[in-house]
Amino acid sequence: MEKMKLVMVGNGMAGVRTLEEILKVSPNLYEITVFGAEPHANYNRILLSPVLSGEQTLKDIMLNDVDWYADNGITLHLNKKISRIDRVKRVVYAEDGTEAPYDRLLLATGSNPVILPLPGHDLDGVVSFRDIRDVDAMVDASGKYRHAVVIGGGLLGLEAANGLKLRGMDVTVIHNADWLMNRQLDETAGRMLQKSMESRGLKFLLGKVSKSIGGKDGRVAALCFESGEEIPADLVVMAVGIRPNDALAASAGIHCNKGIVVNDTMQTYDPRIYAVGECVSHRGVAYGLVAPLFEMAKVCANHLSMMGIGRYTGSVASTKLKVTGIDLFSAGDFEGDGDADVIVMYDAAGGIYKKLVIRDDKLVGTVLYGDAADGSWYFQLLREGRNVAEIRGQLMYGRAHLGNAGHQGQTQAAAMPDTMEVCGCNGITKGMIVKSIKEQGLFTLDEVRKHTKASGSCGSCTGLVEQILASTLGGDYSPAPQTKPLCGCTEHTHEEVRAAIRDHKLLSIPAAMRFLEWRTPDGCPSCRPALNYYLLSTWPHEVQDDPQSRFINERAHANIQKDGTYSVVPRMFGGITTPDELRRIADVADKYQVPMVKVTGGQRIDLLGVKKADLPAIWGDLGMPSGHAYGKALRTVKTCVGSEFCRFGTQDSTGLGIALEKALWNVWTPHKFKLAVSGCPRNCAEAAIKDVGIIGVDSGWEIFVGGNGGIKTEVAVFLVKVKTAEEVLEYTGAFLQLYREEARYLDRTVHWVQRVGLEYVKSKVMDEACRKALNERLLFALKGEKDPWAERASEGVEKHEFEALAV
Amino acid sequence: MTEWIKICALEEIPSMGTRVLESGKGRVGLFRTDADEVFALADRCPHKGGHLSQGMVCGQRVSCPMHGWSIGLRDGTAAAPDVGKTDTYPVKIEGGMVFVQI
Ligand code: SRM
Ligand SMILES: Cc1cc2nc3c(=O)[nH]c(=O)nc-3n(C[C@H](O)[C@H](O)[C@H](O)COP(=O)(O)OP(=O)(O)OC[C@H]3O[C@@H](n4cnc5c(N)ncnc54)[C@H](O)[C@@H]3O)c2cc1C
Ligand code: SF4
Ligand code: FES
Repeated sequence: MEKMKLVMVGNGMAGVRTLEEILKVSPNLYEITVFGAEPHANYNRILLSPVLSGEQTLKDIMLNDVDWYADNGITLHLNKKISRIDRVKRVVYAEDGTEAPYDRLLLATGSNPVILPLPGHDLDGVVSFRDIRDVDAMVDASGKYRHAVVIGGGLLGLEAANGLKLRGMDVTVIHNADWLMNRQLDETAGRMLQKSMESRGLKFLLGKVSKSIGGKDGRVAALCFESGEEIPADLVVMAVGIRPNDALAASAGIHCNKGIVVNDTMQTYDPRIYAVGECVSHRGVAYGLVAPLFEMAKVCANHLSMMGIGRYTGSVASTKLKVTGIDLFSAGDFEGDGDADVIVMYDAAGGIYKKLVIRDDKLVGTVLYGDAADGSWYFQLLREGRNVAEIRGQLMYGRAHLGNAGHQGQTQAAAMPDTMEVCGCNGITKGMIVKSIKEQGLFTLDEVRKHTKASGSCGSCTGLVEQILASTLGGDYSPAPQTKPLCGCTEHTHEEVRAAIRDHKLLSIPAAMRFLEWRTPDGCPSCRPALNYYLLSTWPHEVQDDPQSRFINERAHANIQKDGTYSVVPRMFGGITTPDELRRIADVADKYQVPMVKVTGGQRIDLLGVKKADLPAIWGDLGMPSGHAYGKALRTVKTCVGSEFCRFGTQDSTGLGIALEKALWNVWTPHKFKLAVSGCPRNCAEAAIKDVGIIGVDSGWEIFVGGNGGIKTEVAVFLVKVKTAEEVLEYTGAFLQLYREEARYLDRTVHWVQRVGLEYVKSKVMDEACRKALNERLLFALKGEKDPWAERASEGVEKHEFEALAV
Repeated sequence: MTEWIKICALEEIPSMGTRVLESGKGRVGLFRTDADEVFALADRCPHKGGHLSQGMVCGQRVSCPMHGWSIGLRDGTAAAPDVGKTDTYPVKIEGGMVFVQI
């Protein structure tokens, strides 16, 4: 069958991204033709600023060179501007007469810089800052002339001014508002920015209205103001704004209103014609940053590929200025009108200013100057619309950086030298990340993770990587997480998947995938374990566990090691053992020549370096239950000596720890779950950093929840004080079951509690009827649950897992 | 030409699961997909030598248990942007039995 013809007009960032997305999902659907008015293939327009300042060259910023088009069978017409669309015949015509018929047309014509109609605007030496030609003209002028004037003190104007200054020109920025970047910054931040740019030698004239451009021999010579003053100018850069380039569409009778009007599927009023990028007006908004444009591209590609799912519902954008050494961030409603609360921190001498705007307990805007380290965190709170009432007191101090390990305690990417390690797991430095972003054209955190591995392992450096990404690309690039799907195989969120499994009684992974219209036939390593867990936790005793959807550790019931051997950690309830158990462990270690026997950080013993084939026999010989050290399951219950022996002990912490572990030891959870019980507030069992931490006091027990001692230390928060051990069991069980039923797979308790709020958790766990019901559901789920080690050691369960075939 | 060696019955490899084969040429991973195809790959991840046989099979790929690289079962190559390749061996299924050329 003949392929359908797709023609794209405008060969820029949004359009080509759409083509890339189409090629990914349906590479054979279309015969594609592209028209671009510029003589270049697709380059990274964002990086024109570093090209201007001399930090990069044109070659560095190419995203798709002409070979890419050829390799993908795309016909490319460079230097050809389309001047007419015949919607009846479905043909587009270029100025030089080239024509191309289409079945589907994609308009991606970007925007045009606004040129103020001042007398003299057509003189030589008056340029805008939009494309390579403009940059060439500026670089050329910087080599020959002295005085540059930039009209416009917004993002683009300041980047142009900075670049020209670095090229050795004497630069004056003219701005008609009272402070710089008045659309992204409030007055205080704007003034601070001006001060630091002045210290780099730039000059500013604010509140000035230009009247005309004076010329000499056909070239610009001066800029004159309404006030009658004038300043010398050998180059005038107009950076006063952009206007969606919708002229072509409008001339073809397609509905435009400050941009080509599209619906949520990026379709124009002519159903065969789609539009993406800066030329578009979506729900009345035209976007001028790439992040939202790429979201549009994804949706548009999906519909052009006839998948028909996904809608673009608008974006919130944040701003960073790409001027090295200036740390600035702004997002949302940063002014804060009458009904908003504003929290401000201002250290004029230290050059730090932070402003948070809060309305109805939600963060709605922020401006950060001098220390923008928490920009991405605030931006996330803002986009998620999270209730910040509970953390309001600490909000201004940013995300607690306490014990955030692996990058020398650094929290501010701007302060790090290029050679400093950002990702301690993979040995990736700041310089390596910046280089990849620029050279490989990366735009999202995910892409940086894939290409550099930075922040892809333990994730503790994610904030730093986001900062580096934002300062290299001039904005925050993670897509709006509000409706983040479970993984790439589905549109549905964790919550939607869970609800479907519950409401429609789905009992197997294939059934869930079919019902929820999974895009892949059998999922991916992200969704399969999540689905397996959701099914098991929702329908205990009815759903059959799927070992093939578990990570190897949970499939083999031991931790895989780097050399492919395994480790064995038997359970020692409450950290208490006996001479007899220790003897068995010693015997097993001898008999199977276990290379290392280690006391773990969780108060028990680890046998490391065991051959997989030996596992069932070792388990049999040990005769101790599985410690689940490998599982998203109950790990350890650490205890201290307590009142049995300790002179300070107020309560029997070991007894309670054992009781808790005996009651809960074979439970599966969204992520690992750890407990500790201390016998007095000296807290020798470190209960403050456990998922549930219990501290004995003279009059009873205090229960704390949501602690974490791992990647990022989080101190547990107080839930309730109770009198008896029975109550501790009930509250702990209820909290655990609520977490099991409602958290997203791979959420530790801290992440879940932070998302839903402690108040919510309390409303469920403190309510007696609700608490008892939760606890009963937990006990029901645990009833008859077998020890996986015993099953495998004596009943031959999953034998094939441990036996190799041979030839 | 190397000859076909009979390894096991198809049933002995779990669907969407794996088995390890100890051979004269070292460890070989056998992978069975949802569609009952079987693939044989050297049990060595091109990244840092992880045992692919311990990975999770999704579609025609296996994800390495060490650091999550995704290796194509058909040609042994790592999914972009990672680069690397693992040796593959021909497999056929006849009369419900799995044969491999090693
Ligand atoms: C064996 C042990 C280290 C030791 O020799 O002491 C250990 C070993 C591993 N830990 Fe741990 N952790 C061990 C105690 C801890 C502790 C201390 C504790 O439990 O009191 C912590 C901090 C407390 C906490 O979890 O809040 C800890 C925080 C982590 C984390 C970070 C978790 C987080 O939410 O931030 C990971 C990574 C993960 O789970 O994704 C991790 C992951 C791992 C893994 C499973 C890495 C992996 O995926 O292969 C390690 C397996 C090593 C192996 O090859 O067997 N381990 N790990 C400890 C076993 C305790 C036990 O008896 O079960
Ligand atoms: C100097 C500079 C710095 C920037 N910095 C940032 C930043 O830090 N962060 C950020 O997010 N964004 C930044 N931007 C904005 C970002 O580059 C744009 O949002 C993005 O490039 C828009 O993509 P687009 O595909 O819609 O338009 P474009 O990339 O402009 O592509 C449109 C293309 O269509 C062509 N065209 C137009 N009409 C026709 C026609 N009739 N026929 C054929 N071809 C036609 C044009 O020549 C152009 O090549 C910056 C922009 C500039 C200029
Ligand atoms: S045991 Fe834990 S801290 Fe030690 S290397 Fe492994 S994951 Fe890292
Ligand atoms: S060894 Fe396989 S991903 Fe690293």
